[in-house]
Amino acid sequence: METTAASLPPNPDPCLNVEITPELVAQHGLLPEEYDQILNILGRTPNLTELGIFSVMWSEHCAYKNTRKLLKLFPTEKQDKDAIGQVLVKAGEENAGVIDVGEGWGVAFKIESHNHPSAIEPFEGAATGVGGIVRDIFTMGARPVLLTNSLRFGSLESSQVKRLFRGVVSGISHYGNCLGIPNMGGDVYFDDCYEGNPLVNALCAGILKHEEIQKGAATGVGNPVYYVGPGTGRDGLGGASFASRELTEESAEDRPAVQKGDPFMEKLLLEACLEMMSIPGLVVGIQDMGAAGLTCSTCETASRGESGIEIDLDLVPQRETGMNSYEIMLSESQERMLVIVTKGRERELEEVFEKWDLHAAHIGEVKEGDRMVVRHKGVVVADLPAKSLTDEAPVYDQPTSEPAHLAVAREWNLSSVPELASGGVESALLGLLQHPTIASKRWVWKQYDHMVMSGCKVEPGSDAGVVKLSIAGINKFLAIANDCNNRFCYLDPYAGAQIAFAECMRNLACSGARALAVTDNLNFGNPNKPEAYYMLKHCVTGLADACSYFDVPVVGGNVSLYNEHGDGAIDPTPVVSMVGLIDHADQVTRSAVQKAGMELLLLGGLPHELGGSYYLQTQFGKKEGTCPTVHLAAEKSLQDFLIAQIEEGKVHAAHDIAEGGLLVCLSEMLFDAKGLGASILLNDLGESGRLDALLFGESQARAVIAVSSQDKDKVIEAAEGFNLPVHALGQTNDSDQLEIEVSGNSVLRAKVSGLKDAWESAIPKHMDHA
Amino acid sequence: MKVAIIQFPGSNCDWDAEHSVKDVMGIPAGRVWHKDKLPDGVEAVIVPGGFSFGDYLRCGAIARFSPIMNDIQTFADQGGQVLGICNGFQILCESGLLPGALVRNNCMEFRCINQSLTVENSNDRFNREVLGDHLSLPIAHGEGNFRADDSVLSDLETNQQVLLRYQPNPNGSVNDIAGIRNQAGNVYGMMPHPERAVEEHHPCMDGLPVMRAFLQPLLHSSPVELSA
Repeated sequence: METTAASLPPNPDPCLNVEITPELVAQHGLLPEEYDQILNILGRTPNLTELGIFSVMWSEHCAYKNTRKLLKLFPTEKQDKDAIGQVLVKAGEENAGVIDVGEGWGVAFKIESHNHPSAIEPFEGAATGVGGIVRDIFTMGARPVLLTNSLRFGSLESSQVKRLFRGVVSGISHYGNCLGIPNMGGDVYFDDCYEGNPLVNALCAGILKHEEIQKGAATGVGNPVYYVGPGTGRDGLGGASFASRELTEESAEDRPAVQKGDPFMEKLLLEACLEMMSIPGLVVGIQDMGAAGLTCSTCETASRGESGIEIDLDLVPQRETGMNSYEIMLSESQERMLVIVTKGRERELEEVFEKWDLHAAHIGEVKEGDRMVVRHKGVVVADLPAKSLTDEAPVYDQPTSEPAHLAVAREWNLSSVPELASGGVESALLGLLQHPTIASKRWVWKQYDHMVMSGCKVEPGSDAGVVKLSIAGINKFLAIANDCNNRFCYLDPYAGAQIAFAECMRNLACSGARALAVTDNLNFGNPNKPEAYYMLKHCVTGLADACSYFDVPVVGGNVSLYNEHGDGAIDPTPVVSMVGLIDHADQVTRSAVQKAGMELLLLGGLPHELGGSYYLQTQFGKKEGTCPTVHLAAEKSLQDFLIAQIEEGKVHAAHDIAEGGLLVCLSEMLFDAKGLGASILLNDLGESGRLDALLFGESQARAVIAVSSQDKDKVIEAAEGFNLPVHALGQTNDSDQLEIEVSGNSVLRAKVSGLKDAWESAIPKHMDHA
Repeated sequence: MKVAIIQFPGSNCDWDAEHSVKDVMGIPAGRVWHKDKLPDGVEAVIVPGGFSFGDYLRCGAIARFSPIMNDIQTFADQGGQVLGICNGFQILCESGLLPGALVRNNCMEFRCINQSLTVENSNDRFNREVLGDHLSLPIAHGEGNFRADDSVLSDLETNQQVLLRYQPNPNGSVNDIAGIRNQAGNVYGMMPHPERAVEEHHPCMDGLPVMRAFLQPLLHSSPVELSA
């Protein structure tokens, strides 16, 4: 590259002197046919800066070229036009989707991955992941009110994984705490498939009035284009294309592609932007400089605004010297925004940013036509049709091939699992409670400020995080849950994705919340491998079908492909995040029982399936079996019933049955109030005829609720109206003992405080003094 | 406004503090930008939590040089009521309005939990009769480890300037100290967040009596005049 540059005549911008070779095209992650398409669009050879611009804009991260067709399967609005939660801004239209929550208010929310940067530099990778998603939300005009994360790591036995886990959690803690946005936890899973390729998905939700929704469009010819925020450096160069390829041993050399975050700058930017947007009629369009930085924000705003845009890089604030146009355009320096304001009102914007001690540089203008023109040192360094970068990016439908293990999973038989003797129940339960996926995540969320903004109603660790929307002055509660059990997605991608959806929605229902909308984060392997693409396609189809069935639309999300390291792809991980609404404080329900004498009712029938369960993992080290059956109708009955009973004030506590099955569910319900115990009687083994499947099976559409003795019969009777099987399990008591009797035989008699200690100390044992 | 909540760049509990005083307790309160003057008629100042100036250099080390701190110093010198919460406590220590310093938690991690505290008999406003023997209040900090040299510590104890002690100690603070006052009894500082424990939906409401104890003189005194 440099020898070529030296042999050409001098030019003020070295990027214009570089010969574009097939090797250079390949280095930019572009296929030969994609380069041909670029030649066609331009009618000439691009220069290096233009090639870089195409490379990032046509990367999977920005263009969704391998997933755009699949994403069309998701419903993007509600079928029922009278229901609460109508979509105000649809998926893909703006930086984040927005839904109506009533009384003139809307909620903007979205999840985004920062997997690859976190694998290389866990602290900065995770921190900037939070920063990026928060910008997406306040760009919409919303005040961010909560954060959550979906995190996936390899086994905690590995010192490398411990380093990643510690770094990611402290990066999230560092960035989110400084911003002062409550972090409600989220979910964390540990599985060998994530060894070397952790997943860090960050979600932010914000609240705004309908009329405050901002657009990311550059409109009004002659309107000035402003760059606000700190200066541009060389950090994060080409991060979007880095995120669109597989991680290898050499990936550590990509460190410059990992951005460095400054949460203090982001806090200033957040406050300054919200203050600026509160001035009526000032802001025409606004877009954050996230992936692909200045490149993406200029061409996307122009493309959305059906206009041209012209910027001069000499006017861009820079914190390093000697940067060329390629570097300035592709830098992913953090905490920056592009703002288009009404001509003649520039001073109003400048005054706000002066107050907050931030740069506000007038770098260009909205132009007629459709070109994105970039100047540097008096020379045009890029002149491209803006839409060619956004709308004309290639779209692929990759070949698929069913992975061999799926047929094996379908044909699996429960009889291949040795039966569990009643003497083994306690150690099996302890094994599950100590698995880091199931164990208490307090070690994680006590590092997150979840109480700032005075809204936290249900702290992390319950089925869903719940915050009061105090800052908007409204008396409603926003609930948030994240879910995705990779084991089921690995064994049956269609059913597994539906389980992720159903469990997430069930978590909301257990908290008393009606689900409104979904944001999803599709984490998959290399789409060019037919087996990986098969998994992606079937997960998306399953998820889309579930969304349609429940009339819960997808309002945005993110795709992260090429999640591979060493031995191959990660398990398919379509993380589902759902927001729900609770109208009254007394309907907010927790998973933990608070007192003795409560009746425990199992809703949905006795569990009977062991396929894919954590029990198979902790007892036999196996990820195998047939994924539990998904009955969407049964799921709907269960959830409708839960919400109806909660709204009637009958439910004291509710917890869904998920990882670890019935016994883990019951144990967790007893862990909050000191000295609580329960005596459980089950009259038969259920459909499987097996103790292991009954106690530890992860059959779907099931939950345990606690009701008062007076309400017990009424609740059971009401369940019949929903066609919902109910089993009265027994009562809570003051014994600190969990006693289980099945068909007249005592199978467990364990101290709850002992079980809790195992559950609570599992992660600290790995992480403290390590 | 009767109660001024100071907003520095990076403050993030300013809204919470204002909400607790204005909306929950019904006392007129407002936020004052760090480059502005303290308005006339203010009877109490709250320096809220957050990460003023990103906590760069040291927590509170840059904020102490903000223009508003001159007004707060004068206000305090004239007997005005000042409360620093979390980062606000750190700022008051850095500016010398309170003795001691706050350093990194000994666990080396941020801690956000509901913290059990024991109440000390400090003065006629902060004592066990008013607040009860024990309180539970949220803490959320990475640098709440209170440090003071032996003579300062001995003075704090002798003069009964300690308001609250941790039980158990989450951050390594010397003598389990969670909050203190100045000797005159008009400047208060604490790491726990009373403003986050004042409403029905909060994990507990033990913050309300603490906020009341601080703001109690407002009901009896006339406004402090700021001399130019």
